Amino acid sequence: MNTVAKERTQRAVAAAIHRRSLDGYLSQRGLPWLSRMAVSIGRVAARSAQLVGFSGEMIGGRVALMISPGVLANLAVNRRIVLVSGTNGKTTTTAMLATALSTAGPVASNASGANMLDALTTLLANDRARTVVAEIDEMYLPHAISQVHPQMLVLLNLSRDQLDRTGEIRHTATRIRALAWQHPEIVIVANCDDPLVVHIASEFARVMWVSAGTGWWGDAAICPACAHHISGVGSDWSCTSCDLKRPELDRFVLDIDSGSVEDGHSASRSIDSSIALPLQIPGAFNQANAAMAIAAARSLGVPRADAVRSISSLTEVAGRYSVWRVGAHSIRLMLAKNPAGWAATLDLLRDEPAPVIICVNASEADGRDTSWLYDVPLEALANRTVIAAGDHAADVGVRLAYAGARHQTVNDPLAALELIAPGPVYLIGDYSSFSRGWARSSSEPRIDCANSRSLARFVGHLR
Amino acid sequence: MRIAVLLPDLLGTYGDRGNAIVLASRLIQRGIHAEIVDVHSGTAIPASCDIYLIGGGEDAAQAEAVRLLKHSSFAQAVTAGATVFGVCAGLQILGVVTEDEHGRSHDGLGLLDARTRSGKSRSIGEIVTRVDQTVGLSDPVLTGFENHRGLTEIGPSAQPLAQIQAGVGNGDGTEGAISGRVVATYLHGPILARNPAFADYLLKMATGLAQEPLRIADIAGLRRSGFDAAHRNRGMRHEWTKKLTSRRWSTPGVPRT
Repeated sequence: MNTVAKERTQRAVAAAIHRRSLDGYLSQRGLPWLSRMAVSIGRVAARSAQLVGFSGEMIGGRVALMISPGVLANLAVNRRIVLVSGTNGKTTTTAMLATALSTAGPVASNASGANMLDALTTLLANDRARTVVAEIDEMYLPHAISQVHPQMLVLLNLSRDQLDRTGEIRHTATRIRALAWQHPEIVIVANCDDPLVVHIASEFARVMWVSAGTGWWGDAAICPACAHHISGVGSDWSCTSCDLKRPELDRFVLDIDSGSVEDGHSASRSIDSSIALPLQIPGAFNQANAAMAIAAARSLGVPRADAVRSISSLTEVAGRYSVWRVGAHSIRLMLAKNPAGWAATLDLLRDEPAPVIICVNASEADGRDTSWLYDVPLEALANRTVIAAGDHAADVGVRLAYAGARHQTVNDPLAALELIAPGPVYLIGDYSSFSRGWARSSSEPRIDCANSRSLARFVGHLR
Repeated sequence: MRIAVLLPDLLGTYGDRGNAIVLASRLIQRGIHAEIVDVHSGTAIPASCDIYLIGGGEDAAQAEAVRLLKHSSFAQAVTAGATVFGVCAGLQILGVVTEDEHGRSHDGLGLLDARTRSGKSRSIGEIVTRVDQTVGLSDPVLTGFENHRGLTEIGPSAQPLAQIQAGVGNGDGTEGAISGRVVATYLHGPILARNPAFADYLLKMATGLAQEPLRIADIAGLRRSGFDAAHRNRGMRHEWTKKLTSRRWSTPGVPRT
């Protein structure tokens, strides 16, 4: 659609929402005056940030929260909110669930990957749809639950991420468990293959277990309840000392290996009840994300066929998995920022011999410590063209040298393209590579990769 | 050469298995056969390895690791002259006693005369230290990343490994501990990836042979950026300005852990 016409339509819709409740939306009038003021001032701050080149999501919400800490709770009143959390797969699962729910009505969602409370506040303030699907960083999940009173919680997996920020994930798990008693109405869709997730979800009254698998076991070998060893990771796991074990799947069963969705409600699991999942987004880990999204959508009343169809129509999420033609190269953008995410990415790359650019910026949003690189078996990339890029290209370069992988090191990922033969290329970046813009040269303006409009403009300029 | 990584499923939280990867790679590049032996919990500790590495982990894992190592052949291997290198939780496991943040005391293995108490807050950030001249490293500056709450006091039968230039370390201006062939530090990174001279020092300790130099292209840049980051963010004069200009935003209403 024409950009100008689109903006005009959006403004008209916003005005209609402001005046009275549009079907599926919430009007602004119900908010207390302090919250309304906080939201307006936050919007002004966001606008000024956008003029300077930031995306404005975080700062708008932050200013609003500083003026009125209760604005988040007030904005969440009378809404159906689903929170998606976990270490890996939040953004993709949120996008999938939002698409599935959008078949039944308007949905607000933060598709760009900004998942802290400030971004949640901005989302709730700007998009007034009654149904909200938001991803939230696991560190902020306890606070989000207590403020926002979600109807549903989706817990994907919990492993190590950003050590210098999170400290101990078990402390976070304790805080989430403590909230379960105060919120018996929350339905939690939980991955039963991850012991830490099971430990948390068992405290909730209404649980839906999904067997979504888990790729990387670095953190799961210790029992979260009694700190002894867990045996049988990957299949029917159980603690060697206490009674924490993989729960019985008596309700919803989603089989990842066969790439199909089965409905466990029927006592006999007949072939008729399984549906194929033809995803356009690559990777076995995305099958698991889709399974969790479908389970959640079904629980919220979306027919399974609609959910599967809408999820299968997704081709990219927040710029990730998208393919861009730049000159003679076609670049597939991937996100991998910790060992679990990398294990899944390497799995995908095994069948694709294309050259790889690894871009690590490791700025504040990613966690400044890059030692997790040594838990990634980059030896698997030994026989292909690999280029280390980003602000921390040296860290990647040293890792590749010790992995025995011949490589080159260039700070600018765009310059790295000149070292690669024409054809397909995989650009694997961490979060800050994506949000800051994966291609940056001294004369170009900063690109926000999450905003595909500016990326398209940039790519058009390159041509 | 056999390099044992002890309990990587419990003590691999901070990427310290990379130290084994670095040691093995450096040996192989010099034509010496090297093998990494991962000793998971539940399997017997081999008594015949040349170097034993103990990595960093969370408090619960540390306690479980002490339980598993206490009644094993690890102590015999150490008295027989094996080289042991511990990082962070590894230092506390090798030490005499550790006090966690709740005030509970946990015994260590007692192989290093070091007592750890809990600090008021976590020390997190880039760190630069300088190893004493008598140790004889070709490059005495060590750079790394620390992330720990414990503060360690070295007793009479051990020496500190290095002096702090920027960062916290043991808490009294020193960092790490060394006693015979048992070496320990708080530096992650992994430390041996960031400090090739120190990696060669450990290899010399384990093999008895001087190591010929190796050139790895990106290490100089890596060390330079770590050195600059440490002095910029955690040098002495920045301690008081840190409170005023905290670069870490905290969301209003959310308690900072």
